[in-house]
Amino acid sequence: MSDSFLANVEHPHSSRRTFMQGTGALLAWAYAPKFAFAAGGKDSRFVTIILRGAMDGLQAVAPVADPEYEALHAGIALATDGEHPAIGLDGFFALHPSMINFARLYKQNQALVVHAVATPYRERSHFDGQDVLETGLAGVSANESGWLNRALTTLPSGDRVGGRTGLSIGSVTPIIMRGPAPVLGWAAPELPKATDDLAARVSELYRHRDPKLAEVLQEGLRTDGMAMKAGVAEPGKMRGNEFEQMRIAATGAAALIAQPDGPRVASLSFGGWDTHANEGGATGRLAQLLGGLDNAISAFEQGLKSVWKDTTILIVTEFGRTAKVNGTVGTDHGTATVAFLIGGAVKGGRVIADWPGLKMRQLYEGRDLAPTTDLRAVVKGVLAEQWGLSANVLAEKVFPGSVLIKPMAGLIA
Amino acid sequence: MVVPNSQIELILATSRFGLGAGLKDMAQNKGDPRAYLRKQIQNPKAALLNDKDLPPSDAIWRLQWADDERRRRERDAQPPAMQAVTMQTQMQMNGSVTKADDKYKSVPKPQSYYPELIFRAEVEARLKLALETQTPFLERLVSFWSNHFALSVAKSGQVKAMAGAFERDVIRPHILGKFADLLVAVEQHPAMIQYLDNQQSIGPHSRAGDNGKHGLNENLAREILELHVLGSDGGYSQADVTNFAGVITGWTYNDPGNDQLYGGRFTFAPARHEPGDLIVLGKAYPENGKEQGEAVLRDLARHPSAARFIARKLATAFISDSPAKSLLSKLETAYRASDGDLMVVTRALIDAPESWQASAPKLRSPYEFIIAAMRAMETPPDTGVMLGALTSLGQPLWQPIGPNGYPDDSTFWMSPEGMSVRLDIAAQFAHRAKTTADPDALLTALFGSTVSTETRQMVARADSREQALAMILMSPEFQRR
Repeated sequence: MSDSFLANVEHPHSSRRTFMQGTGALLAWAYAPKFAFAAGGKDSRFVTIILRGAMDGLQAVAPVADPEYEALHAGIALATDGEHPAIGLDGFFALHPSMINFARLYKQNQALVVHAVATPYRERSHFDGQDVLETGLAGVSANESGWLNRALTTLPSGDRVGGRTGLSIGSVTPIIMRGPAPVLGWAAPELPKATDDLAARVSELYRHRDPKLAEVLQEGLRTDGMAMKAGVAEPGKMRGNEFEQMRIAATGAAALIAQPDGPRVASLSFGGWDTHANEGGATGRLAQLLGGLDNAISAFEQGLKSVWKDTTILIVTEFGRTAKVNGTVGTDHGTATVAFLIGGAVKGGRVIADWPGLKMRQLYEGRDLAPTTDLRAVVKGVLAEQWGLSANVLAEKVFPGSVLIKPMAGLIA
Repeated sequence: MVVPNSQIELILATSRFGLGAGLKDMAQNKGDPRAYLRKQIQNPKAALLNDKDLPPSDAIWRLQWADDERRRRERDAQPPAMQAVTMQTQMQMNGSVTKADDKYKSVPKPQSYYPELIFRAEVEARLKLALETQTPFLERLVSFWSNHFALSVAKSGQVKAMAGAFERDVIRPHILGKFADLLVAVEQHPAMIQYLDNQQSIGPHSRAGDNGKHGLNENLAREILELHVLGSDGGYSQADVTNFAGVITGWTYNDPGNDQLYGGRFTFAPARHEPGDLIVLGKAYPENGKEQGEAVLRDLARHPSAARFIARKLATAFISDSPAKSLLSKLETAYRASDGDLMVVTRALIDAPESWQASAPKLRSPYEFIIAAMRAMETPPDTGVMLGALTSLGQPLWQPIGPNGYPDDSTFWMSPEGMSVRLDIAAQFAHRAKTTADPDALLTALFGSTVSTETRQMVARADSREQALAMILMSPEFQRR
């Protein structure tokens, strides 16, 4: 489906646009295009969730049949028996017991795991690792645009603001979503909204004095309008602790991208995965985090029910953690980890892994799960099959310098 | 209309280097803006926050421990007679709180969670100071260094309780001293040790290591190298991280519950310390207890990468999202020539002509915006309002997502959601404003003749005084610095 993503965009009537600008009205979201659903055309949704802090892939999807695993993860290793048994996936890997929704979707062939995967980054700084993950470049760079935003710019230009718009969840836009394509932002609302009149006046001032602020504020106001329509604009109604916030963020994102005239692409970030100490096994801190993430997956499934069959959710983290637990029943910064793909569009029900093994000599630098799959191959595979982006566009615009990394085929149904 | 440079520089002295003009400040900032800033740094003691109701770090932790203990006892269904005992007596009974710790007003109270209570008290004191200070540049330096050595109150009740004291006890006294002294003080503070897990790190060959049963946690060592001193491109390797982690094994704190005098203070635990000489960045550090780690820190502070890293961070935070190379080189030179004397480096920041260029101004961070707005509106110091506004804008106080703190580059804050929330906050603040100034006069007081014609007109055309004040807060002049 090469042009399916945002094809058939209706242009707003120019008379209306003129009218809106003339009155200085701020209901800019009304500009957003209406999406016509062409016969047979897919109106797909794509969500990326970044787990910041480096998730322990060996604990989220444990290689329970690898003879080294239990000893390396001593004290926290998962097992398929006992009080909180891990959920067997394919005889070799077992899923963390907190991820019941993922397990259900996996059984329905709507979720898959890619294991021993890593970005090209090979040092162990969170912040550089996240840079590489988000810029999509081969190394750390001052380039401040993200691969997801650049991917948006390659889509058919149906409309100036419509088709290429992304949604960023949270008060700040992460690097993955920064760049030339317009971005809307949403966070669980806390304050009453300023009046449209004040918004209009400030926007007008910015148009004269500060075009950059004008542009950014305009996008923010567009989302406010959309959030109102989607029923996620009422202040103070969506609150929760660190773990519940994942579900709340997902609920808001799903409500917005489910709107017929809403953005089609969203990015979310969840923090707290840096489990240096007391990581926990089947229960404990990581278990709570994975439970929160699993609830977010469920919130997306609920909120995107009507378009679930054309939805893909990608969950990634900057790198993995040491294969061996450290002195404090946690794990330090490592290399390879897992990525998740979830959604009705995903050819799920499998763990994709070229397993490198966990013997000392098989570990990367004698300490980390060795990477055997480049994360860019996974993302390129999704974008190629879901959006119809060509290998050239993917290698030049989306992931520059990745000609040798072939898109992984067969991820999307 | 051409605005004279001298006018622009006067405004920059309060906006770029300060917390925004309060009406009081404007009176002091006349004539020479550089002299105004130099005068502020001449008295580093003005950066201290002295509040007799706020206990020092170790006492806070003892009080926090006692509060925890009380909660634990309450949970473990006590006999009714025991419950009748007052809490302070109870704390004295369990031995943690001395009479000395009782003197602080913000001791734990029944029905309140002490970390939250002391956190609020700390925030209130900090906010009051920010609104009333005569040395706003020093407050900005405190915020900068506090964020450079970021910790997060989301880590634990202990870190939440001590976050304010961490800033009072180790950041404020050192912001204009030697970087090395600041560094050692920070890394030996129990809040930092706990935030980055070092109390749990045990030398595998130490006595406590029990033949390799326990081992290193390299979190603190890595973040010191990467985030506190050298930068991720600073020239260290994984082996340096591991060895340095070994060097600082045993850097921990006294159990706050066991020791009425020293509980909650930094201590060196020889039994956990990895024995032997260790090589960090090519130099061997002989076994020397606590001094071994201090020696590494002092050498790190002298490393060329440290000069480069600190120069870039300071210039980005204060002056420009893409600071001029010439400015970076001036700061770097000042750092190296003075052996990391932050007074000298800060003075170089004031003196550099690049610091006063008005083109491509930064967006105020949420904290800078909120404080400047409160100062301009003469809002009472309401901690709830401030904390809520900061959280909505994605900069909850002392709670960044990671130990890298909040970015110094202001484009991070230039987000659609962020700008639309700023608008909502401006409306709220204008609604609650206490200032009686005429909006046009307030514009002049804040920005002199640098106000654009459009801003002045839009403010004049507002349909109410309240809307005019909100317009001022949202004007490009107010949002940028």
